[in-house]
Parts: sequence; structure tokens; C-alpha cells
Amino acid sequence: MTRLRQTAGLDDLDRRLVLETQEGLPLERRPYAVLGERLGISGEEVRERLARLIDGGQIRRIAAVPNHYRLGYTHNGMTVWEVPEDRIDDAGAQVGALPFVSHCYHRRPSPPDWPYTLFAMVHGRSRDEVEAQVATIAALLGPASRGHQVLYSTRILKKSGLRLSA
Amino acid sequence: MDGTDRRLIDRLQDGFPLDDRPFQAIAAELGLDEDDVILRVRRLRETGVLTRFGPLFHAERMGGALLLAALKVPPEDFERVAAEVNALPQVAHNYARDHAFNMWFVLATETPEGISDAIAEIERRTGLTVHPMPKLAEYFVGLRFAA
Repeated sequence: MTRLRQTAGLDDLDRRLVLETQEGLPLERRPYAVLGERLGISGEEVRERLARLIDGGQIRRIAAVPNHYRLGYTHNGMTVWEVPEDRIDDAGAQVGALPFVSHCYHRRPSPPDWPYTLFAMVHGRSRDEVEAQVATIAALLGPASRGHQVLYSTRILKKSGLRLSA
Repeated sequence: MDGTDRRLIDRLQDGFPLDDRPFQAIAAELGLDEDDVILRVRRLRETGVLTRFGPLFHAERMGGALLLAALKVPPEDFERVAAEVNALPQVAHNYARDHAFNMWFVLATETPEGISDAIAEIERRTGLTVHPMPKLAEYFVGLRFAA
């Protein structure tokens, strides 16, 4: 459980707003007004607060997250690339912009057996589709990557997500 | 799930407006009826096609911490170690992967200091070395799946 800390720049109403929306937005014609009623503020203030949290980066966006397995994306590969530090930001920006990449990070390597610095998650409806995506990334990076691997997930052992408690 | 559901799923992954009547705005964009859009989103949530619909929070910006870490688990110990790791409430996700580093999990803690405690606890319980893979930069985080 992750408790929201005062240091994150959230006031008490923000924290209550986060708690009220953890399970999602009310599926009503005026969802922000419904939230406002629960918090004792106007719908307009709810929208202003959400806009401020989006601007501050505490909320990435308001959107739907599909269960990708239900949409047929059953093949998931964590691709890892050995990109030197002086090229990593360019490489990351290029790979992160590909439409089939859902997450793209620079991570600290653990040499000698883990030299990989760039992580990109890719998703496909078949193993062949994922292999083609990996080939696309390899071509894009060219000599900027000294080597790569693809780690396929074989089983979900736990997926509880992040839950906040105020 | 029909073609209209698919168009809705595609559109709603891009972001939801902060309008007083946001479903009406989405409906107008897609040439649909507001109440029909709401009913469809409800059904997609209830049937689990959408795992979430609402604000997507950035844990680190809210004061929490996340860490991806890996373990090399001897195959004969895999189930025992999985149970030990999953028992920690700080473990938010855990995946088996086809590699010598065969177990990959994400730690999510209330404070940055909580991460090292969780690592120590996993090492104590499993007798294995945790390989932390801390994030140094983030280039893209999003979920864009063509429905």
C-alpha cells in the first residue's frame, strides 16, 4: 500500500479526489459533478484540480486501459538493448515513439551478465508479430545497440496493481 | 464487442476530456449517442475488456517509489520463491520470463526508503540475490492497443 505524502504537493482535497477515482471515473453523464458531490465541491473545481494534477505530472492522463489479452495481444516481450550512455536518449526517444511499444525506459545495467540499458515492452497477437517488431527496433537502432535479447513472459505470477491509501 | 466498441476503446486510450459532459464530447466526435457511449463503457468495464477507466496516476510524482528487479531462481525452487515474493504486499506485479533471470517483479512502496527494506526482506526469505534495475530515464509510458 502506498500512502500519499504531503511532500507530493497534494492537498487534502486532492488526496480525497485521488481516493475517489482509484477505481475509476463514475460512468455518468456528468462524472466530475458526481465526484464533486461526494467531496462537497463543484464539478468545476474537480475539473480544475484534475487539470492541475495532470499539469504537475501526478496524473499521466485520464484514459481507458484495456486488458490487452482480451484484445488478442497474447504475446508480450520485454526487449532489452545494450545502448551506450552517449546514445541512449536519442535511441530511447526513437524506440519510445514506435506504436507497438507500451513502455520504454533507460535502466541501470548490472554488468557483466546484464549489460542492457534500454528496455522496451512490445506486444503482438502472435510470436511472429513480436519477432517482426524486434527486427524493426534492431533496424532503427543499428550500430547504436551492441546486442539485445527478448524475454517473453511465460506466466503472470502476481498482478495486484498499485493501490493507494490515504 | 462490435466495431463501435473497438472505435471507442481506441479513442478512450488517447485521453478523456475535462468537459462537464465528457461522454457527450466523445459521442459527438465518433457520431454516437451519449447514453449509448456510457452504456458501452460500463459493459466493457464489467466484462473486463477495460481493466481501468479514469485517471492514471504517476506513483513517483505522488511521493511513492517503484523498482523493477529480477531474480535468477533455480527451476526446482521456482514455486516456493514465487510464493515468498508474492507474499510481500510491496510486490505489485510479478512475471515468469523465459531467461536465466526468470522472475521479474515490480516493487511499489510508500516511500523511496521502503524499496531497500523490501529488497532485504526478499533476499532474507529466498536466500537469492535481488538484481535491481532502477529507472534512469523514462521515454514513453502508455498503452496503445489497436482494438
